[in-house]
Amino acid sequence: MKPVVQPRYERLLHDSLARSAAEVPDKEAVVTADERISYRELDERSRALAHGLRERGVKRGDRVAIYLENSATVVVGVYAALRAGAAFMVVNPQTKADKLRYILSDSGAVALLTDGRLARTVAEVADELPSLHTVVLRGRAAVEMPRAIDLDALTAVAPDDAADPGAIPLDLAALVYTSGSTGNPKGVMLSHQNMVFAQQSLCDYLRLGRDDRILDVVPLAFDYGLYQALMSVHLGATLVLEPSFAFPNQVVQRVNEEAVTVLPGVPTVFATLVSMHRHQPLSMPTVRRITNTAAHLPDDHVPLLLEMCPGALVYKMYGLTECKRVCYLEPELALVKPLSVGKAIPGTETFVLDDRGRAVAPGEIGVLHVRGPHVMMGYWNLPDATAHMLKPGPYPGERMLCTHDYFKTDEDGFLYFVGRSDDVIKSRGEKVSPVEVENALSGIPGVREAAVVGVPDELMGQAVRAFVVLEEGADLDERAFRRHCLARLESFMVPRDVVFVSDLPKTASGKVRKRDLVEGV
Amino acid sequence: MSETERDVRQFVADNFILDRGADDLPGDESLTQSGVLDSMGVLELILFIEERFGVKVPDEDTLPSNLDTVDNIVRYVQGRLTGVSAADA
Repeated sequence: MKPVVQPRYERLLHDSLARSAAEVPDKEAVVTADERISYRELDERSRALAHGLRERGVKRGDRVAIYLENSATVVVGVYAALRAGAAFMVVNPQTKADKLRYILSDSGAVALLTDGRLARTVAEVADELPSLHTVVLRGRAAVEMPRAIDLDALTAVAPDDAADPGAIPLDLAALVYTSGSTGNPKGVMLSHQNMVFAQQSLCDYLRLGRDDRILDVVPLAFDYGLYQALMSVHLGATLVLEPSFAFPNQVVQRVNEEAVTVLPGVPTVFATLVSMHRHQPLSMPTVRRITNTAAHLPDDHVPLLLEMCPGALVYKMYGLTECKRVCYLEPELALVKPLSVGKAIPGTETFVLDDRGRAVAPGEIGVLHVRGPHVMMGYWNLPDATAHMLKPGPYPGERMLCTHDYFKTDEDGFLYFVGRSDDVIKSRGEKVSPVEVENALSGIPGVREAAVVGVPDELMGQAVRAFVVLEEGADLDERAFRRHCLARLESFMVPRDVVFVSDLPKTASGKVRKRDLVEGV
Repeated sequence: MSETERDVRQFVADNFILDRGADDLPGDESLTQSGVLDSMGVLELILFIEERFGVKVPDEDTLPSNLDTVDNIVRYVQGRLTGVSAADA
């Protein structure tokens, strides 16, 4: 294979990989329990796969889906799609058939990278996806799949030279599907420009460097997890990838074995670590950065985290997929401005506006707006939903992001999250759409109707609770109900509680009175 | 099949799996990687082990080698019942 040509400027997202591969080819790029791959290997594998995809007809602008557990293959797939001139979409491996069909159909994905086990779910929906012409399989297929090709076979021939697909920074680099308050997830469109800017801004304020070893236990399907990988490659650092936080003790061991320096988490992760630490002190002395997002990190957790990781800087942050991240609190201010999520990330700005679009005074509640190069291009094929989020900015043609979240500032301009304006549930740091869950529940045999709400929970932030009206004579107990849910929904969306009721409280127009359900408990 | 194994399989099947029976689960299949258990599921499994078998599961034992497959769970429980833990093995 020809040696890597280091780009003079980083314009496209994969330029980071080319640069890191040229500068530190033998350094560990991705480390998992099963493998350790260098930058040279990551570079060669992604180029080989990009070539294979293009040989199979993947063209500039196409969408390539990656449907896998956190593994080095996902990172290879991300850069391969980009190098083929396509946009990548990492799909949560917990996604079940109905939602997978929706996402693949909505995006018009032409290729999918998956493994033998998950191929079972793909096979259930493949016939309804005429755009999907290539399924690349890692490992042995559990089922017959006519359009499947083996990953090793596809990447066996290393290209000597690859034609440049001609992507420019304005082109789509990724579609990141996110749940909202409607029944279907929305594809957030991010350009190379969006993502190159965002990764740099994050590395800047997190004060990261090439020597960092960044842990990721969050699914790569979520932007929080994805950017750990992107930042690591951008820096020429090392990504320590774990599939999940299901075995917290295992993660702590990995942190110490691999001398992890950056520990990103959500409040549930930190609550678990704090609880473990109270039983028996934990020590993770190599960690020098702790980052939190998705929900508020309780103040009493911070000193305990600093006991586990002495000298670490703790970052409280807020963001949304639609612009990656909005703001962060300088760690030195964690105890000075304890409830704040800080100020806009470098290169961006925020405005808290009233309903007439005017800036509110300190202490007054308004809606947070975001201006910067990180703001999404829009939602894939959803002009109305896009118009709901992107508003005219100061310059002609410019669009600012309206978060629809309530915020206030203090006299020093620090931001404070007040609440959401929609009914999206935040459980274990993940967004759960009540409508998505309700739709899945109504498909369960025996369920006449269902209403889903979030209720406060100390560990999860909010827990998902379902109120269900059964059909006459339906025989469905809690455990059977739960099994049905797990077969249709990602596990974090499955209601933790189900309350069987004889009817649901409704308004005169027939809408369920959810507040009554939440308060009545 | 031992009674321990039967109880474990029944618990996992009853609470987490729709399309396969208790006996259809391969003993060596990773429950987290196959999507059967997530982090909450692991907590429920630990609670089940503590309540059903009267075995306390200390934090340091919450490892895949003890809890991530049916075979591992059965071996761990039987080991704890006879006074041996994975840390000692």
